[in-house]
Amino acid sequence: MTAALALGDDALVLSHRLGEWAGHAPVLEEEVALANIALDLLGQARVLLSLAGDEDELAYLREERAFRNVQLVEQPNGDFAHTIARQLYFSTYQELLYEELARGDGPFAPLAAKAVKEVAYHRDHAEQWTLRLGDGTEESHQRMRRALDALWRFTGELFEPVEGCEVEWSALHGAWLSRVTAVLTRATLSLPEGPWRGAWAAGAGRQGIHTEPFGPMLAQMQHLHRSHPGAAW
Amino acid sequence: MVTPAPHAPTALEEELRRLAGAVPDPELPMVSLAELGVLRGLRVLAPGRVEVELTPTYTGCPAVETMAADIERVLHDRGVPEVEVRTVLAPPWTTDAISAEGRRKLAESGIAPPAPRRAAAGGPVPVELTVRCPHCGSTETTLLSRFSSTACKALRRCETCREPFDHFKEL
Repeated sequence: MTAALALGDDALVLSHRLGEWAGHAPVLEEEVALANIALDLLGQARVLLSLAGDEDELAYLREERAFRNVQLVEQPNGDFAHTIARQLYFSTYQELLYEELARGDGPFAPLAAKAVKEVAYHRDHAEQWTLRLGDGTEESHQRMRRALDALWRFTGELFEPVEGCEVEWSALHGAWLSRVTAVLTRATLSLPEGPWRGAWAAGAGRQGIHTEPFGPMLAQMQHLHRSHPGAAW
Repeated sequence: MVTPAPHAPTALEEELRRLAGAVPDPELPMVSLAELGVLRGLRVLAPGRVEVELTPTYTGCPAVETMAADIERVLHDRGVPEVEVRTVLAPPWTTDAISAEGRRKLAESGIAPPAPRRAAAGGPVPVELTVRCPHCGSTETTLLSRFSSTACKALRRCETCREPFDHFKEL
């Protein structure tokens, strides 16, 4: 199932990236928050990947080109502002998408109806930090600005239709733009200019084309399972 | 979806459901699975064969596997050799499923229980302004983090007695 892989890989890969903050977050509360969000996403990934096959085989034994996640979620954590910008772009999208999927009676409706309430907390967390960093010091404002600009070119791909998801993608994009714009305005920031997809690569994660940082991430995520098949503890 | 029971629960099913429902939550052992509202159903499929439906609080809740193992154990002890615990997602669990008794026990153990939910779609997650300190009863409490020791809790601090405490956040 293409759609289960696409949505499941988004959740799995972002969960892994957020988990990389464990032991490195700026304050303890934030460490706990990012780990909680990662755990929610991992739960979603398990349900979604199980719709497509064996969750462990899919997570640990696929090659890079078989992953269908958007390139946004595989981008490295960068500084804290990059992580927050990635969260803002993605969780705003994911909340809107799950709201749509929860309304239908497709295979994703039960998960979407449940997870949308969790994602509302993720989106709220990202918004609160965007406001605090954007409307904070000159340094935090600059960093938030840089992060939003750097990740902007990966946002167009979020609205590429996914086969098997009955969603009005252009309406979703419109709703996303107005929500993100509203938050950025309150944070004394503005919507980045420039293309929201790169001519060279962005837009291809759903087809299995990924950016350079994804390979090393996968190697780290998969090496234990590959080195010790069936390991459990 | 939950498979509707083809019949009213038998005396045996009611007894087994009471046993399964009395299993304590692995992470919040002061409340039982029944009080938490996560036990959705129990059916005797055939003599010695029981199916239990469990719903997670959060999709990624790591306690579900322990809950399932604990349910299997108490039913095995009661003489049911075959127990299958299924996880169901629909309808989604909400904090409104926690019983009055469960709320009382949470508060007694220093965890502020969730408020009844308000309908809020798309807007900001509602901020509960009057979460009462479970230690001293003060309403002067502030949110430290929306995320705490488990997925289902937020971290707050009481401005009166200065103690930090967990709040079972509304879902």
